[in-house]
Amino acid sequence: MARNLSMKDAINEAIDLEMTRDPSVILMGEDIAGGSGGQGEMDAWGGPLGVTKGLWGKHKERVMDTPLSESAFIGAAIGAAACGMRPIAELMFLDFMGVCFDQIFNQAAKFKYMFGGKAETPVVIRGMVGAGFRAAAQHSQMLTPLFTHIPGLKVICPSNAYDAKGLLIQSIRDNDPVIFCEHKNLYASMADVPAEAYTIPFGEAAIPREGKSATIVAYGLMVHRALEAAETLAKEKIDVEVVDLRSLSPIDMDTVIESVEKTGRLVAVDEANPRCSIAADVIASATEHAFKALKAAPIAITAPHTPVPFSAALEDLYIPSAARIADAVRKQVK
Amino acid sequence: MSDRIKQVVMPKWGLSMREGKVTKWIVKLGDKVSVGDELLEVETEKIASAVEAGDAGIVRRILGEVDTVYPVKTLLAILADEDVPDSEIDAFLSTYVPPVAEEGEEEVSAYQNVTLPVGEIRYAKYGDGAKTLIFIHGFGGDLDNWLFNTSGLADQFTIYAIDLPGHGRSVKAFKDPSLKGMADVVLSFMDELNIDHANLIGHSLGGAISMKTAIAAPKRVSSVTVFGSAGLGADINMDYINGFISAESRREIKPFLEQLFFDSSLVGRQMIDDILKYKRLDGVPEALRTLADTVFKGGTQAQTLADAFKATGIPLLAIHGKDDHIIPASHTDVVKGFAKVELFADTGHMSQMEKSKEANALIAAHAK
Repeated sequence: MARNLSMKDAINEAIDLEMTRDPSVILMGEDIAGGSGGQGEMDAWGGPLGVTKGLWGKHKERVMDTPLSESAFIGAAIGAAACGMRPIAELMFLDFMGVCFDQIFNQAAKFKYMFGGKAETPVVIRGMVGAGFRAAAQHSQMLTPLFTHIPGLKVICPSNAYDAKGLLIQSIRDNDPVIFCEHKNLYASMADVPAEAYTIPFGEAAIPREGKSATIVAYGLMVHRALEAAETLAKEKIDVEVVDLRSLSPIDMDTVIESVEKTGRLVAVDEANPRCSIAADVIASATEHAFKALKAAPIAITAPHTPVPFSAALEDLYIPSAARIADAVRKQVK
Repeated sequence: MSDRIKQVVMPKWGLSMREGKVTKWIVKLGDKVSVGDELLEVETEKIASAVEAGDAGIVRRILGEVDTVYPVKTLLAILADEDVPDSEIDAFLSTYVPPVAEEGEEEVSAYQNVTLPVGEIRYAKYGDGAKTLIFIHGFGGDLDNWLFNTSGLADQFTIYAIDLPGHGRSVKAFKDPSLKGMADVVLSFMDELNIDHANLIGHSLGGAISMKTAIAAPKRVSSVTVFGSAGLGADINMDYINGFISAESRREIKPFLEQLFFDSSLVGRQMIDDILKYKRLDGVPEALRTLADTVFKGGTQAQTLADAFKATGIPLLAIHGKDDHIIPASHTDVVKGFAKVELFADTGHMSQMEKSKEANALIAAHAK
């Protein structure tokens, strides 16, 4: 049966189903089991936004509060993965990943390569990404391009509750390290989500809207801005296709290129900063492989090359808007 | 509203349809149309099809623009006889109030679940006519395969459409994956919903299940209508069956789904996405494999039912697309002696969808 579920609940359900199915799945993170000085189940926080709330009661010692040391517990999760467990490590805000870069970039991402393909590291590192939460420069970044840059890591950023559940279950069952990016402003977004477990393969983009005259490629929260722009443009008789990448590494460039070959126009939207962004990557690839189909220069709509501002007014300007996306498409079809 | 002014509105094909795109006008202003004439083409997220005239008249106004998306029930055209003056039509349009959409009510009431011995079964119920129809989909299908039929017949009948075990949103396991086991599910469904007797309408494997149900409990089945039915001969396109089970991506599954239709352009993105969503549920590929290994054991249909069905004396209507690439239309030869057989030209395996207007008229006439 399908129910209308929030992305937060869909993520919780994915973890719950996999922990129930597979005893080697464990959950680690800050304040996910007991909360600060709490009385266990009664006060289990489920993390700062309650995403994992209720799991400690069901899975007890497999839901572990960790010390406030990302370098330590991410290292422990990677070590546990190398020794046969399937840890899900909640890094709270993925902005904090900087303190455990070595464990992730130099260890987890390299094991399979450096040990002749014999080592598996089935760890999922999940946490919040994205701006719009009034959480300032250190809790709002979209660092997906950093993770995507590293071979050996898989990088996922879902735009809706249905995809979040299927991609997280796939991440947990996958034998490679996965960085699972949850946009905090999508936690409340609702979708039709089956109660059963299901998986969505990596490297498969979705096409939430079909169109003929321009392609907007986006992921995460930006998919919703792209759809909003497409809605506005439809009233102006501009028929836009929206591609939701879902999985950034591996990336489904085939779907992007097929779409660009059909529409001849490409706007790549990214909430990350512009230099070396996913948008830049998509545009480079599409330009190389679908150059002859292009009727206008591709346009990247990204955040500016600045930290995320704490001022609410500035933060709203920082995040790519539907209006900016629509303007880019208008410029191309002129 | 003057009953001399006939409205053509955006249709609602199935529960999930909220809007449709006008892709082409088949008629033009001033054309005289009869009931059933195709007026325009509409594309939804799931499928493209023609909208037929529900009334006769002359096309007096065309309001729906091509390549524009409209909510269901939006006024798209006006039909009226010659003697209706333009002023009357203008007066009607100037006071026309678009219908208010009923948010979600229908969806909530139509899809339901029932717990049977096999497990949880999803079904949809529409209409409240005196005669009851139960629609049974085929291998890999679900109750939405009947969306054009249930929406077209709901004003005349009480309609149930079910998701078989292993399919749609029903339980993904079988007690017995044979035709007999599936017939038991249909009968237990009828028991649970207090349906004493019904007309069974089955597509493909669902056709064989309908016949098997009638053979098992002839008193409870008033008539059987089958589309592209299994259970009449040995041949089955195993490339399709195996491909459908093993395909994991849009690209892999599309060519298989295209085999189902005479016009392969009917296979839209939404149809493919919906099928992948189903196939990606835990247990589905295994359930389909189990079912296929039982009912299509060794690459042929395990049972042919024509003789046993004939003995029941229950009226049978067998409809088949002449261009069916899954089960050949020649299979209907074995029932010609006792059943009404209708072969549709330029029609593939999904004849109930591809020729829904003709199909619905035949279903309605055959139901007891």
